[in-house]
Amino acid sequence: MEGIDITVFGLALIIFAASFGISKIAQSAMEAMARQPEISSKIQTAMIVVSALIEGATLFAIVVTWLN
Amino acid sequence: MRLFVTILLFYFSMFSFEVEASQKEVEDFDPMDMIMHHIEDSHEFHILSYHNSAGEKIDIALPLPVILWHEGGFHFFMSSNFARGEEIISLNDSDEYIRLYHEKIYYTDSSGRINYDEQGNIANSKPLSFSITKNVFSLFIGSLLIFWIFGAAARKYSKRGGLSVPKGIQLVVEPIILFVRDDIARAQIDKSKADFFMPYLLTLFFFIWINNLVGLIPFFPGGANLSGNIGFTLALGISAFIAVNVFGSKEHWQEVLTAPGVPFFAKIFLVPVEIIGLFTKPFALMLRLFANITAGHIIILSLTSMIFIMRSIYVAPVTILLSLIMMSLEFLVAILQAYIFTLLTSLFIGMAVNEH
Repeated sequence: MEGIDITVFGLALIIFAASFGISKIAQSAMEAMARQPEISSKIQTAMIVVSALIEGATLFAIVVTWLN
Repeated sequence: MRLFVTILLFYFSMFSFEVEASQKEVEDFDPMDMIMHHIEDSHEFHILSYHNSAGEKIDIALPLPVILWHEGGFHFFMSSNFARGEEIISLNDSDEYIRLYHEKIYYTDSSGRINYDEQGNIANSKPLSFSITKNVFSLFIGSLLIFWIFGAAARKYSKRGGLSVPKGIQLVVEPIILFVRDDIARAQIDKSKADFFMPYLLTLFFFIWINNLVGLIPFFPGGANLSGNIGFTLALGISAFIAVNVFGSKEHWQEVLTAPGVPFFAKIFLVPVEIIGLFTKPFALMLRLFANITAGHIIILSLTSMIFIMRSIYVAPVTILLSLIMMSLEFLVAILQAYIFTLLTSLFIGMAVNEH
């Protein structure tokens, strides 16, 4: 493929997958919070932890893409 | 609202002066160069630059001390001796010379030659440097702020007693400290052990938060990309690694090294994965803080460079609005990253020390 930098393509793919994953977490967390508002703080903590883990994997991938 | 409009107009007028100045300039503005220069560490603290009536570019910068270890002795001098890389300095009056090249100090010969290897990397060796660079300077300012805030709070507590109604600076720090204790430490670590880790977790939280905020100040004492420096986050990651592994319980090590209750063929895969996991956790903490803060700085600077790329004053309102939004987002990110770093550290500590 001429004209497409493979690094940029890889970065786009990484961001697409990461945002998809984090949006799934946010979606289910919000549904759970709407159903049970009284434990929303616990759900929020879990949501942040899991999205931080996804973000960690994403950053690994971004660093590897940059290094290559 | 009137104040807001006034501030906006003032801000706007400042930008318009800069645009006029840049249009006189013949040389092209390179946003990438400007941004990378800001992101990287430096031996001087650049304050501002302008063009005088003769059209010369004048830089105002605070020179910072350079401290080098060379042949068993320390060398102290100010970074202004380098004259931005144009002067070549001799050490010990011998035939060993050093010079500044792209904000890094290299050994060189009397003509200041920089050699490259086949890959195009610089082949000159570097002296061991303990210099007070821009980031270290910013670190001192952040630390002084922390000492000042918490010294004042501690004095108040010892004078008024711990159970009295909070007043003054106590009203600012007490809710945050209680938040860190109740929602971060005690929520993840067993109650009997949580208070042991509280000094570390509190230091972590306020250190990251205040240094993030100092980095967001757009003018002189702040603005260094300190918490977006990989060395800074590496130190924090190593401290998290030590906190998790030194204080880890016997059960934690048994679980990591032998994976009890798992069939043998699964152990072959699981134990290496667990051991790698010990290192990837602090590594991810390190990268997360670095990437988030650096990305924030790059975005704000790119938005500001838009005016100079487009060379039009009419871009300025859009840029200011976008910068304002990004700046507010960065204020959120500053505390969010401190929260996430502390939360994940206490989560890993909790995994290592909790009894179950």
